[in-house]
Amino acid sequence: MSIYQQAPNPGRIEARKLSIRLGHGREAFEAVQRLDFDIKPGEFVCILGPSGCGKSTLLGALAGHLQPAAGQLLVDGTPVSGPSPERGMVFQHHTLLPWRSVLDNVAFGLKMQGIGKTQRREQALDMLRLVGLQDFAGRWPSQLSGGMQQRAEIARVLINRPRLLLMDEPFGALDAQTRSRMQELLLDIWARIRTTVVFVTHDIDEALFLADRILVMSPRPGRFIDDLRVDFPRPRNASLLTSPGFVYLKRHCLELLRHEEGRELPRLTPLGLPTTDHPPLRIAL
Amino acid sequence: MNISYRWPLRLASLAACLLFWQIAANKRLDLGLIAFTYVPTPASVLDAAWHLLQSSKLADHLSSSLGRVFTGYVTAAVAGVLLGLAIGRSKWVEDSLLPPLEVLRPIPAVAWIPLAILMFPSSEVSMIFITFTGALFPILLNTVHGVEGVDPRLVASARSLGAGRLAILREVILPGAAPSIVTGLAIGMGTSWFCLVTAEMISGQFGIGYYTWESYTLQNYPDIVVGMLLIGLLGMASSTLVRRLGALLTPWYRSGGKRA
Repeated sequence: MSIYQQAPNPGRIEARKLSIRLGHGREAFEAVQRLDFDIKPGEFVCILGPSGCGKSTLLGALAGHLQPAAGQLLVDGTPVSGPSPERGMVFQHHTLLPWRSVLDNVAFGLKMQGIGKTQRREQALDMLRLVGLQDFAGRWPSQLSGGMQQRAEIARVLINRPRLLLMDEPFGALDAQTRSRMQELLLDIWARIRTTVVFVTHDIDEALFLADRILVMSPRPGRFIDDLRVDFPRPRNASLLTSPGFVYLKRHCLELLRHEEGRELPRLTPLGLPTTDHPPLRIAL
Repeated sequence: MNISYRWPLRLASLAACLLFWQIAANKRLDLGLIAFTYVPTPASVLDAAWHLLQSSKLADHLSSSLGRVFTGYVTAAVAGVLLGLAIGRSKWVEDSLLPPLEVLRPIPAVAWIPLAILMFPSSEVSMIFITFTGALFPILLNTVHGVEGVDPRLVASARSLGAGRLAILREVILPGAAPSIVTGLAIGMGTSWFCLVTAEMISGQFGIGYYTWESYTLQNYPDIVVGMLLIGLLGMASSTLVRRLGALLTPWYRSGGKRA
């Protein structure tokens, strides 16, 4: 049986008065405040907002890396209490293990399930085929280009057949051409493996091109200021970007985000505040 | 590309040093501050080395030194890496173990010698303890540093992929810290030789350090230099061995560095 047929049951998300606090002591602040929203199973939702608005924080809470300070966050009716393979996470920069080949990285989730080497490698190769990386199975992650690394990362998450696919600006660090190819590839994969996708981005074009629905967020404290349906027919391709309907919605989004201009905030991450640099080694002889 | 034409100069520099040594020792050069009066010539050193090679004593000296370094170093490597992993992973272990270690760390291993002789039943064990102490801290601190330097995103995403505590330690933390651990092991190899030789000079009956010191007391001056060269050679060879083994164990590290 091919991996495409073993479709996961897409997850349902409910948030009730959800607040998440970051930082310690006097510097603590609410990154997102009293969010109420529902995401239907199988929906492709983009969370759009300026840098530092708390959209990655929300994603981190969905993944289980951050705990809500107040309110409820339910996936399929159960509160999120920690990371799980059912909620796969793709970061802005890949997190492939540098000491594992691309193939073994993709097979990592299956290894954690205790599946034997031959079987998990076979399935991982199937996944690599899906993202077009079958010829790079034996390479180190550092030998791949940025776009390939993200493709391997997506394959590694999808092999667990997650109910949720959480993506934190996954194409943000790629060049424009690679990014648009990756967007089309992602839609193509999503057409075959239906899972609920929550995709965080600050790129209006990207959100409009990918999503069924866009939640627009304002910064500090993060709140949703709009909930847009995006009904462009699928499959979508690059010509959509210049269609009148697209331009109309884009203007609307620009209008919404313009209010936030001039407020530069540090980027938050799904793991909380950005970490400071590592202290230098205490030399000892 | 320019490596080939840099070698002649390097070799010439070595040859010039040897030449200076030969002349200074031969002429019994006395510069006031430093005197070559009792320094053996390179030729006599070579001669002494040849004699040592043919005698049965060399094997005894070598095997006792190597045995001590091996025991002390391996114990230090195991203890340093295990402690380092625990300290780097757990704030509780860090707060309970690191303060006493931080107090002991600035004390050079050599300063332990008198107390070690008093504390341990035999001089053999005390010498092994000195090599252990010398190697422990570089290994421990580099391991802690390596563990703390592992990208938290790698840990987070491994957890998201279903890895438990043990799997994270084995699959993420240990390989992530490996390059730093290897550096610590290589530095520790050097320091443990240094400490061993000093310990042997004071309380040994066999071993390269003892041989060197004995040669001084017996006024076999060429043998001193032979001992010195042997110590340098053994230290260098074992550090290279550690680095090579380390490179074999961390193949991704090199290929990753090349690309950047």
